[in-house]
Amino acid sequence: MTNIKGIAASAGIAIAKAFILEHPDYTVKHTQVEDADREAARLDDALSRSRAELEDIKSRTLQELGEKKAEIFESHLLILDDPELINPVKDKIREESVAAEYALNETANQFIEMFQNMKSAYLQERAADMRDVTKRVLKHLLGLNYVSPSEISEEVIVIAEDLTPSDTAQLNRNFVKGFTTNIGGRTSHSAIMARSLEIPAVVGTQSILSSAESGDLIIVDGLEGLVFINPDEDTVAQYRDKQEQYAKQLEEWSKLRGEPTITQDGVHVELAANIGTPNDVTGVLENGGEGVGLYRTEFLYMGRDKLPSEEVQYNAYKSVLEKMQGKPVVVRTLDIGGDKELPYLDLPKEMNPFLGFRAVRLCLDRQDLFRTQLRALLRASVHGDLRIMFPMIATLGEFREAKGLLEDEKAKLAAEGIAVSDRIQLGIMVEIPSTAVMADQFAKEVDFFSIGTNDLIQYTMAADRMNERVSYLYQPYNPAILRLVKMVIDAAHKEGRWAGMCGEMAGDPVAIPLLLGLGLDEFSMSATSILPARSQISRLSEAQMQELASKALELRTAEEVVELVESTVSQ
Amino acid sequence: MQKTFRITDEDGIHARPATALVNTANKFKDTESFAEASGKKVTLKSILGVLSLGLEQGDSLTLISEGPSAEDALNALAEVMVNEGLGELND
Repeated sequence: MTNIKGIAASAGIAIAKAFILEHPDYTVKHTQVEDADREAARLDDALSRSRAELEDIKSRTLQELGEKKAEIFESHLLILDDPELINPVKDKIREESVAAEYALNETANQFIEMFQNMKSAYLQERAADMRDVTKRVLKHLLGLNYVSPSEISEEVIVIAEDLTPSDTAQLNRNFVKGFTTNIGGRTSHSAIMARSLEIPAVVGTQSILSSAESGDLIIVDGLEGLVFINPDEDTVAQYRDKQEQYAKQLEEWSKLRGEPTITQDGVHVELAANIGTPNDVTGVLENGGEGVGLYRTEFLYMGRDKLPSEEVQYNAYKSVLEKMQGKPVVVRTLDIGGDKELPYLDLPKEMNPFLGFRAVRLCLDRQDLFRTQLRALLRASVHGDLRIMFPMIATLGEFREAKGLLEDEKAKLAAEGIAVSDRIQLGIMVEIPSTAVMADQFAKEVDFFSIGTNDLIQYTMAADRMNERVSYLYQPYNPAILRLVKMVIDAAHKEGRWAGMCGEMAGDPVAIPLLLGLGLDEFSMSATSILPARSQISRLSEAQMQELASKALELRTAEEVVELVESTVSQ
Repeated sequence: MQKTFRITDEDGIHARPATALVNTANKFKDTESFAEASGKKVTLKSILGVLSLGLEQGDSLTLISEGPSAEDALNALAEVMVNEGLGELND
């Protein structure tokens, strides 16, 4: 038995077999061969293995997801048999005496290029199918051992260096019981996704990938941040108990589902959830969320070959608003750049991506894509209580410019006779210290603030939270952060606006008493944190937390703040 | 023998109907079927060939069958065109 310590990223206990997810290297070299017949035979063999694999995926997809989803694999199968592909590959092997993988790759690339150059957007996307099929065959030719996460069909714990957004999007919750990665922290993309998928996860283990093998029995303890490889029977039994206890705790919390969040002294606060896709709304409602405090629209833009159309976006926003049945939904406009890339935008690499061309900065420059998003949002606004916020606002000028574009699109829609809600609240994310400091001025022009602590902390402390050597400076409880948060909340209240928080801090049991004391109106967190937070807040008194917060603001270090909270509030 | 169609589907010929066309052409082993559009002629036994025509709504497409079962093959292909909502016969 080996046990490894990591960072508890998503609560819960999972026990299952290891599934190692490694991204294979599909690089193909120009290799000359002597025996062309042998290469042709290798190609046939790889094709027939790919065919068997696809038949299997097709029949499973048919059973689980229905005919429509299975159709795509039918056309993949046809490509494998396609004489227009296979004949030229074989000709190339014989005429140029090259290895099968090289001939395949070259020929397939011609088709990929052909699709990419087509007029029809639909046909351009077929390049992705061609790429998919090619990779499948190359995998066999190169002897790569790779199963994509979408093909997992038994209960597993996924183990990886890190999970990309497209990996996480493909995870099937029915089979993936938990995951653990070498890198990442509580606020890394994969950790956030794990919480929204409600799968136990431990990240930042550094060594799990080199320690575990496919098929090993794994326990992921997402409560303590521990991973066990091939645990003994006693440990397994102990963890089965722990799993049961946790289920009971969840059961206890679930009683608070339809309840409002009210402190001991009768103050109501709103608990909302952060979501990434329309599907996440189910989790929000199941966990008793009173709204969506942050809808990250990036996922609409990721994992595809080109920008999503206005219609695709409109449907997503409308779906979220409708499912939330009139409860508030705060949508953040595109926040891309920094650590989140979109290959098709072809953005240059930057020395300091976090200080660079991202979020609203990019949107104000690429007005075409920003306007499309704003139009889709405005059109969807009639389906619920839509609130729009701009990310990474650093100056009033940026806010005014973004707002101007929104007003512009609103006027155009009105001219086209398209209905738009007249009660859309417009706010900003406060993530940059300059904006927090100027909150009193911003409060005169915005309807609300949402404090994004993940970035606010790293910009205030000038430390990248993903950089292990300086991650100790990611200090949510540092009095400097608390003071900035206070400035923002006070400024909002002075102008009769509301202030929320959608950063990780909002769901943190140590921060909650402080934020309550500082007067935060809305807490937006991972859906699974809502019920524990509601349970905690219902045991606290706002008056007492105000005292706690004012003491904390006078302390010198983060450690002192944590000590104060822990000695005042029983967790 | 041949029949000419006007593409009516707003996505043009996409993967699902293209798959159906290729599967149908493949059923007739002794007969060759082709698709011809804007001067480009491809075998209907290749999905990549069919997609490579890049057909869009409003384009004209001619299906051609040659061989012992040409008539049956052409009728079966025409049926796919109509049933899949791909196009209508252009007389």
